[in-house]
Order: sequence, then C-alpha cells, then structure tokens
Amino acid sequence: MAALEEEFTLSGVPLGTGPDGLLGVEQCDKTDQFLITDSGRTVILYKVSDQKPLGSWSVKQGQVITCPAVCNFQTGEYIVVHDSKVLRLWTNEDVNLDKVFKATLSAEVYRILSIPGTEPLVLFKEGAVRGLEALLAEPQQKIETVISDEEVIKWTKFFMVFRHPALIFITEKHGNYFAYVQKFNSSVVSKYTLLLGQEEKSVIQSFTASLCRKFISLMSLSSDGCIYESLIPIHPSDPENNQLQRVVRSLLLKTVVSGNARNALSVLDQDHVAVLGPPLPASKECLSIWNTKFQTLQISKELPQGTSGQLWYYGEHLFMLHGKILTVIPYKCEMSSLAGALGKLKHGQDPGTQTMPHFVNWEASQGLGSQNSEPSKRILRRRKIEASVQPEVPASQQLLSTIKKDSEKHIEIELRKFLAIKRTPDFHTVIGDIVIGLLGRCKTEPSFYPRNSLMQLVQMHVLSYSLCPGLMEVALEKTDVEMLQLCLQQFPDIPEAVTCACLKMFLSDAVQEEKMEEQTGILQNGFNPEEDNCDNCDKELSEKPQNTIEETTSCPVIPKRAALLNAVLHSAYSETFLLPHLKDIPAQHITLFLQYLYFLYLKCSESATMTLPGIHPPTLNQIMDWICLLLDANFTVVVMIPEAKSLLLSLYKFVKSQICICSELNKIEVSFRELQKLNQEKNNRELYSIEVLELF
Amino acid sequence: MGEFKVHRVRFFNYVPSGIRCVAYNNQSNRLAVSRTDGTVEIYNLSANYFQEKFFPGHESRATEALCWAKGQRLFSAGLNGEIIEYDLQALNIKYSMDAFGGPIWSMAASPSGSQLLVGCEDGSVKLFQINPDKIQFERNFDRQKSRILSLSWHPSGTHIAAGSIDCISVFDVKSGSAIHKMHVDRQYMGVSKRKCIIWGVAFLSDGTVISVDSAGKVQFWDSATGTLVKTHLVANADVQSIAVSDQEDSFVVGTAEGTVFHFQLVSVTSNSSEKQWVRTKPFQHHTHDVRTVAHSPTALISGGTDTHLVIRPLMEKVEVKNYDAALRKITFPHRRLISCSKKRQLLLFQFSHHLDLWRLGSTVATGKHGDTLPLSKDADHLLHLKTKGPENIICSCLSPCGSWIAYATASRFFLCRLNYEHDNISLHRVSKMPAFLRSAVQILFSEDSTKLFVASNQGSLHIFRLLEGSFKHLHTFQAQSGTVESMCLLAVSPDGNWLAASGTSAGVHVYNVKRLKLHCTVPAYNFPVTALAIAPKTNNLVIAHSDQQIFEYSIPDKQYTEWSRTIQKQGFHYLWLQRDTPITHISFHPKRPMHILLHDAYMFCIIDKSLPLPNDKTLLYNPLPPTNESDVIRRRTAHAFKISKRYKPLLFMDLLDERTLVAVERPLDDIIAQLPPPIKKKKFGT
Repeated sequence: MAALEEEFTLSGVPLGTGPDGLLGVEQCDKTDQFLITDSGRTVILYKVSDQKPLGSWSVKQGQVITCPAVCNFQTGEYIVVHDSKVLRLWTNEDVNLDKVFKATLSAEVYRILSIPGTEPLVLFKEGAVRGLEALLAEPQQKIETVISDEEVIKWTKFFMVFRHPALIFITEKHGNYFAYVQKFNSSVVSKYTLLLGQEEKSVIQSFTASLCRKFISLMSLSSDGCIYESLIPIHPSDPENNQLQRVVRSLLLKTVVSGNARNALSVLDQDHVAVLGPPLPASKECLSIWNTKFQTLQISKELPQGTSGQLWYYGEHLFMLHGKILTVIPYKCEMSSLAGALGKLKHGQDPGTQTMPHFVNWEASQGLGSQNSEPSKRILRRRKIEASVQPEVPASQQLLSTIKKDSEKHIEIELRKFLAIKRTPDFHTVIGDIVIGLLGRCKTEPSFYPRNSLMQLVQMHVLSYSLCPGLMEVALEKTDVEMLQLCLQQFPDIPEAVTCACLKMFLSDAVQEEKMEEQTGILQNGFNPEEDNCDNCDKELSEKPQNTIEETTSCPVIPKRAALLNAVLHSAYSETFLLPHLKDIPAQHITLFLQYLYFLYLKCSESATMTLPGIHPPTLNQIMDWICLLLDANFTVVVMIPEAKSLLLSLYKFVKSQICICSELNKIEVSFRELQKLNQEKNNRELYSIEVLELF
Repeated sequence: MGEFKVHRVRFFNYVPSGIRCVAYNNQSNRLAVSRTDGTVEIYNLSANYFQEKFFPGHESRATEALCWAKGQRLFSAGLNGEIIEYDLQALNIKYSMDAFGGPIWSMAASPSGSQLLVGCEDGSVKLFQINPDKIQFERNFDRQKSRILSLSWHPSGTHIAAGSIDCISVFDVKSGSAIHKMHVDRQYMGVSKRKCIIWGVAFLSDGTVISVDSAGKVQFWDSATGTLVKTHLVANADVQSIAVSDQEDSFVVGTAEGTVFHFQLVSVTSNSSEKQWVRTKPFQHHTHDVRTVAHSPTALISGGTDTHLVIRPLMEKVEVKNYDAALRKITFPHRRLISCSKKRQLLLFQFSHHLDLWRLGSTVATGKHGDTLPLSKDADHLLHLKTKGPENIICSCLSPCGSWIAYATASRFFLCRLNYEHDNISLHRVSKMPAFLRSAVQILFSEDSTKLFVASNQGSLHIFRLLEGSFKHLHTFQAQSGTVESMCLLAVSPDGNWLAASGTSAGVHVYNVKRLKLHCTVPAYNFPVTALAIAPKTNNLVIAHSDQQIFEYSIPDKQYTEWSRTIQKQGFHYLWLQRDTPITHISFHPKRPMHILLHDAYMFCIIDKSLPLPNDKTLLYNPLPPTNESDVIRRRTAHAFKISKRYKPLLFMDLLDERTLVAVERPLDDIIAQLPPPIKKKKFGT
C-alpha cells in the first residue's frame, strides 16, 4: 500500500522562484543530496534528511541559468549552463562560479542529462546530442539540426537500457507530438508520432516515462485530466528504415485531475504514479498516488497553498513547490495486493478522493473498445475521424471495417497484426466484438466462413459463450466439429441445449465420414493430445494378450469421435437443464455413447489410480455422471433395444457389485476404527516420561 | 542456554465441559459462555479474546439460557427453574429467583433491555420486569401444550415468537395471547419422525420468523399470516441453534453434525432491490453438536459439546487483514489449574469436583537433547480429594513445602495439612475456617510456606500465618475505596516481603507484607493482566498482559526497569504479538537472575535479558540446533527469546530446580476420546 509520510520543507536559503517555479531538482552522487536550480541565478545543494543546504552557488548579475545543474556521477563535478551556451563545471570546493571551468558552445543547450553509471549527455535545442567529454574536447564543434523548424523540445529523459544509455525526448509542432529515441550503442535516432486518438483537442501537460522490458512506457497527462500510456519500442523493429512510425496512446487512468491547471505527473514504480493537480475544477491542488494496475487512488494529500505544477521524484522523495517553499514528501510503497489496493477505496476518507476510479464496465462493452461514456458524442467524433484522418481510428475499429469488406485471407493477416499489439483492459470485449463482426458477415454472406480467424480468436482464451453467442450455432450449421470441440474446451458457459446439439452431431454419421477426409486439417488444430490418449488405450490393449473380454474392451468409436465426445464429457452442465435435451438423441446414438462410456469406465478400472492415460482425460466421476444421466433420460427407450441389452446387463452387474462392496465396507468400518484407535494409543501410550531438552 | 531434564506429564486427565450457551454483548464487546457444568465465563473480545472472569459451576444448575439485558447485566436460567443474575464486579451470584414454571428452557431479553422473558417446561411463557436491583414477575402469557424451547422478540418489542414441540406460536406482548400458531412438518426426508423440536427461533423486523428444528430444517415464516414461506434443508440431524446479526442481513445456524451454516440476505440479481436469504458458507470447525451460536458484527461464534469455543471472523466485515482476522479456537481456560511443590516434587491438579495430588518420578540417567530417559521411579498418585457438596472448586493451591493444600468453593474454604511418613500420607483438615474466606478467588502460599494469602471476591486480601496444624489471621487489606473488583491474580516475592495483586481492569497493587500497607500501584494498562510474578533478589514484578506485552516493574524503585523500557521502545517481535493464547504462568531461575520463564498453551519461552532483543527481521523461533556454525554466527544471531514448542497444549510449566522442568500437557486427542461419540456419518456408500 502506498503511503505518503509527513512532509517537510527545505529552507535556509530563499529560492528565487519565478512564475514558472524551479528549473529543476537533480540527484547528486551522494545519496540524500540534491541539486536545486531556481529559475534565476542560483544552484543550491541540499542534504534532504538534514533539511539544510550544504552549498550555494550563483552566477554573475546579468547572467541567467538556462538549464538545471546536474552532477556528473563519474567525476563528482557539477555542471550548469547559463545564457543557453555557456557551460560551467565545478566541485564542492569551488566558491565562486565565475572562476570555475567554462566552455562556450556553438549551439543552445536544451538540457544536460546525467544518470549514475554513464557520462552526462548534452541535448541541444535543435535535437542533437553529444557526450560531455567529446563536447569539452572541442567546445566549438558544429552541432547539427535534428528536428525541424518550429518543432520545440518539450520533455526529455535519459535511461540505461541493459547497460546502454538511451535518450528519449518529446517535441511538439502545431499540436502534434513526436518522440525521438536515441540509443548510444547504435547511435540511431528513431522518430515516432504520438497519436492522440479521439481527444485531439487536448494538450499534453506533463510527461513521465519508465522502462518496461523492451519498451519505454511513456505516460502523459493531458488537459482532459486523463493519463495515457504509449509504449515506444527501445529496439525499433526496422532500424534501417528511418521513416516516421506511429505510436498509439491508450487510456490508463481516467480524469484524475481537472484540466486547465498546471498539473504534473511522475511515475513512481511499475504500478504507481504520482499526480499533482486539483482533482475537481474548483478544489485545491492535491498530490495523489494512483495505482494503475487496479485503477485506484491510493492516497492523496492536499496542498492548499498551490504548486508550480512541477513534480520530481527520486528514490523515496517527492519534491514540489508548495507555495513558495520547496517541500519534500517521503513516499513509500509496499507490494500492492488486490486487498490492499481495494481497501483504501472503500473508505474514501481523504477530501480529494471524490473522483471515482474508472473500472471496466461490463455492461457497456458492446461498443467498440472506446471508453468514452457519452455515446452521442462518440458517434459524432467517429464520423469526423473517418472523414478526416484514417490512422487515428483505434486498431480494433480498423479491423472491424476490414472484416466488413475484405477477403478471408486479408482478414486473417490483419487479425494477426491486431493480436500482436498490447492487450488493453477491455481486450476480451474487443475480441468479442470482432467475432460478432465476423459472424455477422457469415450470416449475410453464406459463402463467407473465416474458419482460421475464428479458431485463432477462440484460442486467445478470453472468449466465452455469452461474448459471442452466435459462434457455436454457426459452427453447428457448417458442421465444423473442430471449432465445436475447441469451443467446448474453452468456453465455461455453454448452455446445455448447445452442448446437447454438439453431442448429437458428434454421434451422427455425418461426422465420421467427414472426419476421414479431413484428417490432416484436424491434426493441426489441437487434436493431437486426445488422439494420443485413445491410441494409448489401444496400444495398452494389444500389450495384454491374456485379456479375456476382448470384445467389450475394444473402443466402440473411432479415435476422432472419441476425442470429440471427451470434449463433451469435460463441459460443464446442470442436470436439470441437460436431461430434457438428452431425450432428443436417437436411441442408436445413445447406445453408442453408452458403449463408449462403459468402455472408458473399464479402461479406468484397469489402472490402480482409476484414471485414464493421456494429457486431459475425462475423470471417473464425469464418466459415471454421464452414464447415469443418459440412463435417466432414455431408460425406457434403451431397455427396448436388443443391442443395448448386454450393456445394460453388465451395468446392472456393476452397480450390484458396488452396492455389495459398500455394504461390506460399512460392516468392517467399526473394525477399522478400532484399529485406528489402537494405533493412536500406541503413539500416546506414555503418560509420563522424563526427557532431555536443550534450548538454543 | 542450557540443558534441562523435563518431566513430561500427560496424566492430568482434565476434560473441559461442553459449551451450552453463548451470549454476545455488543456494547462492551464481551462474550458470555456457559458450560454444561454451570460455569459461566466472560471473554473480552477486545482484549485478544481473553477469558477475564468466570463464575464457578454448580451440579444442580444446568444452564439452558444466557442473555445480557439492560446493557451490562447478565442473566442465566436453567433446568432447576431459577433465573440467576450475576454480579460481574464481585464475581458472584447476585440473586436467584424461582420462576415457578418448572425447568426453564429458554430466555430472551426485550430489545429495550427492560423486560425478560422465560419459557418453561409447563408450556408457560413468563414476563419479568428488570428493576435496578432485582427482577420482578409481571405476568404469564397464554399457556402452550408443551415446553417452550426457544424465544425471540420482535425488534419493536410488540410481539414474540416462541418455539415449542411441533409448533411455533406468535404472541402479542400487550395482550399476552397467541395470535398465530404455525405447525411444523414432522416429516423428514419422507420419513415421519416422532416429534419435531423447534430448537431456535428468530423474529426479524419485517415480521419474518426463522425457525430451526430437529428435522434439519431452517424455515422462514410470515408472522402476519402464519404461513410457511421457505424451507432450507441443511442437515440430516438437528439444527440446534440460530443467531441473527443486528443488521438482519445475515444469520448463522449450528447443527448436530458440527457444521455451522452462514445465511446471507443477497440481491436476487445485481442492482435489483429484491433480496432473498441464501445459504452462503458452511464451516466445519466442530466435531460434535453445535449447541449454540452467536453473531457479532464481525464474526460468527459457535460452541458445543466438543468444548471448543470457535470465533470465525467474517472476512468481508474485517477491515484490515491482520491477525484479528484469523480463526480462534479456545479450548483451555486462561487460568492455572495446576500448582506445584518444588521441594517435594508434587503436582496438584484441580478438577471441577476433586483435587489430585501426584508425586513425580525420577531418573538417574543422563542424555542428550531429545532423549527419553529410563525411569528409576514412576510417578505416584498420592491423593484423591473429593469436595463435598454440589459446588465446583474455584481455585486451589499447594504450598511450596508440599504440606498444605488450600482450596475454595463458592460457599466454603478448605485448608488441609499433609503429613508424610515414609510412604504414608495422612491428611488433616484444619477446621473452623473463618466465614469471610468463602468464595475466594485466588489462594497463594508464601515461598517458605508460613503465610497464606487469600483474595476474596469482595476485593479484599487476607493474610494468615500458618502454624503446625493451625492458622492465625494476621491482616486484611481492604479493597480500594469505591471498588469491589476482586483480585484474580496474586504473586508473592520469594523473600516474602511483597505481595502483588491484580484485578481484571485496574492496575496491579503491590503491598508491603511486613508493614502491612499498600506500597504502590503499577499504572493501569488497557489490557487485562494474564500472569504475575516477582523475581527473587531484585524484587522486579513481571506482568504479562493479554495483548502479549510484558512489563518489568521494579518494586523497590517504584518504576519500570530499564529492560522493560528498552523492550517497549523497540517493540516485541511481530510473531510474539501474534500468538493467540495468553501467558498463564511466569517463573524465574534461582541461579540466573537474567532469565524469565513463561509459557502459553503452545510454547514456553526463556527470556534472557542479557541478550539483544529480536527485531522483526530476525527469526524468532528456531527449532533446529545450531550445527556446524561458528561461534561468531551463533552469538550474532542469538537473541533474548528462547522458545520451545515441543510441549503442547501446555497447561503448566515450571522449574523444579536449576536443571529440571516440569511440563503438563493435555493432548486434544485424549480429550476427544473422553467425549461422547459424535453423530456417525457413513463413510462408504449412500
């Protein structure tokens, strides 16, 4: 559970904060020490735990610091830039900034970036990047221009990716945002366009980024108050191809702050973000910690004197300007658990928590993956989007339009592409929508049956019967038994009527012939384990020549049909709803199924553990339950069929012997208990003993 | 740390009585529990479920009903036909009153708490007015055909429901007449049983009456029309008890098969206002009949013939997932039943109606850790002392020299002198004990067995000098003015100068025995004291509280010791604080002043004050001996708490001499073996 501790302020030296707050707060090479650069002429080194300044340096009157001071972690020197082009390097011993090392550069510096473990980088306003050492060796070297005219760098961050430094910076031009990722082991710059999606009017107020395996997770706080996440690959898929790639933003948290204020965002760890800003338009500013995994507000703290809309996070400290004073709030986060994350929500004690978090709405999910709550507006917007810019349409919607007109082959390719993208929280509903889209076209175009695409979707493990109600009906219509088998295995909520319809089809002759022909096609669709199962049975049989009841133990159905029937045995059902449907199955088929079940039972009883071989075999209970169900439903019919006579007789014998065993067991239960008692007494016989104990 | 010879004693064949009733008091968060032998215990659920008070049982007083009324007043009624009110301060019976209706089967206090209703054997329901000092009979309701086994008030106090045999009656309180009679089906799974006993009823504010009966049914009735609304068949045996939560959104029933079912009022579909009762959770924490259940706001409480009191927190009601959310099973009393004479190696066991005196055996062999040594002499049963009369023994004590036994019942105090001549023992009762000694709460002998200290239930402490075969009353410390709280725990310093006494809520008082005056009072603490002891030489008073805190208080200096302050500052190890049984005995090592020995039901511990305290990161309990470890590591990881969990459930542990311990265990299996067999469930077939 995330917790904010008691805040404290750093004072001692008055900060010359301008209207834009501070230039920056940067880490030092010693823990607990931070360099704070105000927007005027001063750099102060603070020791945070002592709340006191260790040193303070100012540039001359008339000069202005343009870039926050940083620490070179390799040498322990401090670096600052004033008047955009003049670089100063100094150490703790130096007193006067005028007398320290100075280098005048040929271009304007945007920022110096320094993190532990690597040399600092200098990012120029034109987008070029240089290592500090190389730059100092030749200060007047020519600096190329990377970004276009009118493009302005908005934000930047420096990472270590598997021991290689990587730099990301965001530029803005006419309301469009671009991300540049530069890696220094390959010195390739990749450029991405950030797609703002439907909220094209919003302005991004704050960025933060963290590493997330092979991606940089870039979070942005927009003026609509929502936090969006974009995943930017660290290793571009096609490094040679330097053309513009697009990155989609996905909504991470909805309306955490009200827009139109100076809000700030900082990622704390993989599940938590800190947001600075007023939760409601009229309320005071708050520092809130949100859990992005559960979308819950963890804690919030009111900052009544207002902030400068800046937030820094290092180690365990959050830094911000509260009023005119630099405030440090220690932050701690224990491992988040569901209970911990939900626990806080129940109370909602804090005054700033009126904004309820946005959960996945199961009922309103028939729409197309968009989480906008006003449908009328959405339609308007969508129309507008379709008319204007094609690429800004969400991927799922694009796919749906593909489904409406393109060929099966093309749909398959597009689908594969779509499934490769990161899963959003509403992934299952999107998949459901796609299946419904596909089925809709199936209904209107009888020749259209995108079997492979449907198979692929079913195998995503996220579908259920209720999400795509038509799928099994269509499969039944097309007698697509593999699809039915897959559905039976995957869906947890198949109605009994449909299960029965499947069973009916599996037992019918149509299946058998078709099966023979399509064998190769079947094998690649997850049929193998079941088949092995039955093959094993047969193998075992042949290994036992002394088997006397040969005729009963040979499998009454072919392996394919057995595999299909096994899928039915595994499916969930409720007796009361299943029984009426079982009555509709023809008597011959019932007999066949009974024979198969009896065969399975005999197989079961052969092994000591009473289980069948194979990866996912039906259990003894499932077999027995189905035998009982079938007999309950069709006894009067089965009794009349001559072929079933021997089967019923053997079942009768079996039940009789079971009753016998149970009654015998009941008889000797008392003896068992006595034995158990004797055993216990043996263990606890000693009422008194003297033992030796050593305490360690 | 040292090696000990441990006398492992398992022949204390104590069997707790079965639980008959539980009553939960929301106001004080206390639970009253009555047992089949008539004992009534009070548990403080806020103080770590500590059993803080008890009223001794009585053979003729089988309690059938227990209830709280007027806030903190506790009443019971039983088969002797009497209604009893308990005095929770003085720990005695305030008064008992015959209801004149034969044995009483049920009792219920009105929602306002001002009236009491009892259901009698003769079919009458009697209404009593609760006055500040006593209860007063008001009137009878219409008499029913057979005994009234269960009663429940409508929350408005205008109607009551009474469960009898084969029928439930609804009475109007004003007129006293039955307005509905609902007949319960005798049929049970197609077989007609002889009778259907309504073991419990509950009247809800919407007019629904819930009944539980001997046919295994939980039934919902509409009291306005007298019709059956719904039936749940929950058991093949009797459903014996029911309790409804205050919000009326959940209730709990207990069955004779040992199962407890939780029913909850849940919406039929999501976001619909229509709600229905659904059986949600079954719990099987008992092996025998669940005779009684209670529903606190956060937990289900059940008790029955298997003698366990089970407190099962409802996870959805628990706000923070901490140790309070864990299931509690309370089996043994939170007080000592055993006293020990170190000199003669004797153990005195206290049962409800007799005392047993045993002499421990001996061995000449030696061995290493874990060995069982061959006995050269087995333990002897020396004496079986039966009490006269129907009252249970409240407390007992054996003097350290082994030649005095003292015990008390509610009405008498007994002091016996034992003479040992070779193998013969003779017992001589000291006669003419003063009358003010009756219903003593705690008895203690001084270390040299020359003084006897008795805490009476009126809050006073009596001191006697013991002479050969007689006694002399020396002094009585009167209770602090204004309090009548009795002192439940006593401790005397080994030099005989100091006497510490503690009640259930106020602080610990320390008296100077030589000067016969109050020396000081240890500041009161939020949680009750569970054990007290005074260390030799230093005269430090060690106090264990029910929240598992331990304090050490220097009596001469009248302040907490440095060690106590250190451990309070650093805090106890979290695992130490999570133990769920209280410390019941504290003792000291005669040669090692830095050691404190203490135990609860599942561990015993030697605290070595010279070693560093463990913090939450260190391993509190390390069962394995240090092997192949260098001395340095051993010294670094060593901490003050040396714990052994070898003996459990541990009822008593003490040092006999420097190298010998005695541990009295009571294995649960032995208790179960002495209980009546549970309802037989078929293991095989149908």
